[in-house]
Formats: sequence, C-alpha cells, structure tokens
Amino acid sequence: MAERVRVRSMMPPGHVRAPAYLRGKTGEIERELGRFANPEQLAYGLEAEKQPLYRVRFTMAEIWGEAAERPTDTIDAEIYGHWLERL
Amino acid sequence: MPHDHPSHSHEGMSPSGHPYREDNDAALTYWQRMEIAVRELLIEKGLVSSEEIARQIDAMDARSPANGAAVVARAWTDPDFKERLLQDASAASREMGFDIGPLHLIAVENTDTTHNLIVCTLCSCYPRNLLGLPPDWYKTRAYRSRAVIEPRAVLREFGLELPDDVQVRVHDSTADMRYIVLPARPAGTEGMSEEQLAALVTRDSMIGTGLPRRP
Amino acid sequence: MSNTDGRRWHDMGGKEAGPLSFDQHDFALWEKRVDALMVLCGQKGLFSVDGLRRALEDMGEDAFETMSYYERWIAATNQNLLEAGAYTVQELGEKMEEVAGRGPTYGEAQDG
Repeated sequence: MAERVRVRSMMPPGHVRAPAYLRGKTGEIERELGRFANPEQLAYGLEAEKQPLYRVRFTMAEIWGEAAERPTDTIDAEIYGHWLERL
Repeated sequence: MPHDHPSHSHEGMSPSGHPYREDNDAALTYWQRMEIAVRELLIEKGLVSSEEIARQIDAMDARSPANGAAVVARAWTDPDFKERLLQDASAASREMGFDIGPLHLIAVENTDTTHNLIVCTLCSCYPRNLLGLPPDWYKTRAYRSRAVIEPRAVLREFGLELPDDVQVRVHDSTADMRYIVLPARPAGTEGMSEEQLAALVTRDSMIGTGLPRRP
Repeated sequence: MSNTDGRRWHDMGGKEAGPLSFDQHDFALWEKRVDALMVLCGQKGLFSVDGLRRALEDMGEDAFETMSYYERWIAATNQNLLEAGAYTVQELGEKMEEVAGRGPTYGEAQDG
C-alpha cells in the first residue's frame, strides 16, 4: 500500500527545490531514493545535513483540479523528507 | 519534428545543421571578458589547470544522444540488461562503458499504456552526463512551464499525438536524480541488430518528446 | 513583478507561457569553457550546484530574459568563486581590464 504524503505549503524565500505548484498537494510515495545533502544548506555554502529523498507521484486532478488537461495523468517529483507530511 | 533531423543544405550552418554561435571574430562581450578572467585567475591560483579544462570540454563533447541510444538498443535486445537498467540506470550505463561521472540516473519505461516525459521546472536539469548538453528548447520558459500542466498539448507541438488510452507520466527533475525514457521498441524491427536499432533512437525519444524512428 | 504569494520567478511549473520555440544553436568555445569551469570547480569543492542555482535565482527574472544561458552561468560561477575566496573583486576587476586591453574580439583576448 503506497504511503500518502502532503507537500508542506509554506513559502519561505531562499533556495528551495520543492516546486510551488506541488506545495500543499497530496501524493503517494513512488520510491525512496536514499539520503541526500539538503540543498537549502548547500546553496549557501554551509555544511549540509542529509535528508531522505522520495519520489512522490501526484495525479493531475490533485494538482490542477478542474483545469487538469487529463485528470488521470501523473507527475512524479523528488521531494526531500523535511518538505513532506505523512497522512 | 524540427530538431532530430538536421538539414545540411543551409549556408552559414554548422555540420549539425544549426547556426554557428558568434564567437572568436565578434566583439568581445563583458561576460566573455569575465570567462577569460575567471579562467585565468583560477589557473594562476593553481585551483584548475588548463589541461583539466581542455579534458573536461573533450569529455562533454564526447557525450551525445548516441550514448543513450546504445543503452536503449541494448535494453531492447537483452531482457536481463533491461531489468538492470530499470533497477539502476547509472550502473547499467557504466556497465556499457559510459563515463557518466556521479550521475544518478533513473530509466522510465514507455509501454502500450504509458508515455513518460522529462522536464525540470526549477532550472534545466538534464541527463547531460549520458546524453550531452540539452537542446535549447528544454531550457525555455515555455517547456518548463507547460510540460507539467498540459503535457499533451506540448507533445502535439512536437508532432506527437498520443492515443486516449495512453497515460502520461511527467517526471519533474527537482532534486538529485536525472531521468531517461526507455522508449518502446518500434514494430517491424524484429531481427535488427543492436547497432541498427540504436540508429532509430532519437534524443527526443529519450526525453519523451518524440518516439523512435520507424525502420 | 509584484509578489503576493512568495512564489519565486524561476519556479515555473504550471505558469502561463507561449508556444515552444525550436531555435537551436551550437555552443561557442567560450560557452564550453564556462561549462567546464562550472563542472571542475564543483568537483573541487569550491561551490555546489545548489550554490550556482541560488546565485542564478537571485539574479532575478530580468537576467533570465536578457542574458544568454552561459552569460548567466559565468555570472553565477563568479559569484560563488568570490564567496569561496578563490580570488578578490579587485583581482577580478584588474584581470578583466587586462583582458579588454588585449584586443577587440574574443579570439584576440582569450589567452593571456
């Protein structure tokens, strides 16, 4: 059973790799990718903590609602663990 | 399909069919001055050598869609290799002898019911260490913005109309992975050699904006 | 550009945009050199890819619209190298002056 997660909806300034169009959206973990250095620290030349990275699959319906070109098409994106809430 | 089929008939075009970038004979720009200055300062400080720069340029020039095409053709002809490719595309590429550096590559498979499309909405991440540098359109606002909200309309602009029963899976390269599409082997290619098959695999078919050529 | 939701300019997924353009150009030597410097300096730990992206993002949308791809990348590379202490602003300024004095074209100015 795929695990459901929601991308956090916060909008801080600075270097962030969670795209705005996915924030607040719910998807399923497609696979775990291992731990990778946090780009939000790397970007400023800082020692970076490793964060778990996941491929999360979203439906077009979840992301775009009524405006979806084809509701059942999907988008996969890599999201770091500190941007995900488990549901 | 404007990009995978270069024309050789235009004057002022390079062998690849594209206009030459204004270069050595044009007026020196501020940013070219910066490139020269940065490069020379790095060499003077012993941080980078001119040999390393030359080697890196050669290494990048040696990477091209032909490398990816060879990987795809191997996967079409060797089921065990295909399994390894879908499991770990970096290891499978290295197994074939390609120097892909630290690239973390994931291969996604097109089938009768699934079509995959690769984009990077945040910048222009691309499997450059296997396929070489990305085409210009991959880096444009239009492609980056639209591929995730209307992929089918984008594909139509590439001349690709997908059947209704095919699901589109878009892959946004937001972090440490890069992606390559394993296109479906075209019908009518039974008995073709791996080399003949590789010639059918276009760059766009490995990004998902095209299909392989038909034999 | 007014900004009411905190979304940054480079974060383009799903935004309105026009038709695709299939214009294509071959890379010039100076562009290949910029690419090589980015890769080599990253390998040597002088900066990270995210440091480059951060500098590009902070250059703003105007830079995206008015500068070419490798113009933006040499600017971002330079920003990161200054921050890493690889050389000083003064050294860069003097070197760029010296380069300009070598001749009016890239071909004449490219080697010191």
